[in-house]
Amino acid sequence: MPKTTIEAPIPGTFYRAPSPEEPVFKNPGDAVAIGDTVGLIEVMKSFTPVVAETAGTLVAFHVENEDAVMAGQPLYDLEA
Amino acid sequence: MAIAKIFVANRGEIAVRIVRAAQELGIATVQAVSAADETMLAARLADETAKVGPAHASKSYLNADALIAAALQTGCDAVHPGYGFLSENAAFAEKVEAAGLIFIGPKAETIARMGDKAEARREAQLAGVPTVPGSDGIVTDVAAAQAAAEAVGYPVMIKAAAGGGGRGIRIADDADQLATLIPQASAEAKAAFGDGGLYLERFVRRARHVEVQILGDGTRAIHLYERECSLQRRRQKVWEEAPAACLTHEQREALCASAVKLAERVAYRGAGTLEYLFDEATGEFFFIEMNTRIQVEHPVTEMVTGVDLVAWMIRIAGGERLSLSQEDVTLRGHAVEARINAEDPAADFRPHPGTVSALEVPGGMGVRFDTMLYAGYQVPPFYDSLLGKLIAHAETREAAIARLARALGELTVEGLPTTAALHLALTRNDDVRRGTFHTGWLEEWLKGRPLAGDRAEPGGAPPGQTDAGQTEAGKESR
Repeated sequence: MPKTTIEAPIPGTFYRAPSPEEPVFKNPGDAVAIGDTVGLIEVMKSFTPVVAETAGTLVAFHVENEDAVMAGQPLYDLEA
Repeated sequence: MAIAKIFVANRGEIAVRIVRAAQELGIATVQAVSAADETMLAARLADETAKVGPAHASKSYLNADALIAAALQTGCDAVHPGYGFLSENAAFAEKVEAAGLIFIGPKAETIARMGDKAEARREAQLAGVPTVPGSDGIVTDVAAAQAAAEAVGYPVMIKAAAGGGGRGIRIADDADQLATLIPQASAEAKAAFGDGGLYLERFVRRARHVEVQILGDGTRAIHLYERECSLQRRRQKVWEEAPAACLTHEQREALCASAVKLAERVAYRGAGTLEYLFDEATGEFFFIEMNTRIQVEHPVTEMVTGVDLVAWMIRIAGGERLSLSQEDVTLRGHAVEARINAEDPAADFRPHPGTVSALEVPGGMGVRFDTMLYAGYQVPPFYDSLLGKLIAHAETREAAIARLARALGELTVEGLPTTAALHLALTRNDDVRRGTFHTGWLEEWLKGRPLAGDRAEPGGAPPGQTDAGQTEAGKESR
């Protein structure tokens, strides 16, 4: 199965859930469809969703919740 | 107990402002730095720096224990909180004092009391300061609502007692409309919140935001006149002025005197701001809330009064009495401030961190640029987008706007988009030049996309970012 690594589109702080009280968008093992939100990146207090442009199964995250990420840094792996 | 060494528990342009004020008073400074901020301008200017945690503010600039530990470790005797972050956190102020340090700001109990909106409103009423008129408690039926509205004055806003966030708000212009809307609003509130209780509040259709700067030493307080900050986008101030050109001399005197009464009633210590809503149609002003800290837009007040507010905060915290009398404070000319943010005004104000490849700072008479920028600085993505404030001061409002336009033309920030283009357009706008605007004006004007096409879109935007992705992080506490 081909594995794809999805990179951070913009720099900022990565969040796996819409807010600390809510469940995460995706867990490893979950199916991801095109258009699904996988996480949020906060840039200067503005939140931008990380939207899947490829479908597949989420294998693993490369970053933790609330980690600082740079543009181009690997975010998660997807198996088609 | 004069202060010898200040710990700056903030970042960005306000940290630079605090370091500068301290240096002029002969006070040493230690700048708090997160892992993302070791190269920031305030860190370069301060005598020392102290690491306070990772980039994310919740683990650094919002971490009270880490900040206090760093202040103690570096031998500081006082903490300046700046604005935002922990500046209006009563528990932080208390912890700072409990650690044997001076908190440069009001007492913790004042922060707590004035930070509670209902409590602040009560204090204002007790001081004789007008607040937005409203029904005395819940109105239960149409007759009661009409009686209450008569006292409040039309137009009135109908709000659900159990609601919040502006949900289900209706506006009634007269008693007939009220009779139609009350049953609807009550049924809706009952369905939405399980409680049909309603209350009324005066609705000001075209409100202007005015605010009074005060200084107090815990016993006596003075005002330093007012500012107008009606040009806002998503409840964030964009452009500020001092004084407020919309006020008559009598209105100004009454407004500022009311602020002093409230400040003295709560034995205010340090610099603070009382925010008001001004109804230009009726000439009435209503107290909304108090900010118990220095504000972003304080320089316009400094320019028209010649009083260094940040220096006074430090001197008062060090135990000095406020030696300025009200008569010492006089207004001279007019000042306008433009907030320069790392946002792209041609692309829905998308925030845009990046590296400043080149910088040209405006100068000349009456121009002040309070900024965190230097050439080569990498603006981190983790904090708000304010890069600096460009302030122009002149004898008249018209001349101040002309000077601001001239200074904006000189400002060059290469490497990232800024809101300078928005401000240049504002300096040329007739409503802005005439001063005929209100708190909803800027958003209405922006709907006409006056800035689209200033730049090619979306060439300057980070790849992969979509317009639909922009959501608000909530009101910035500054």
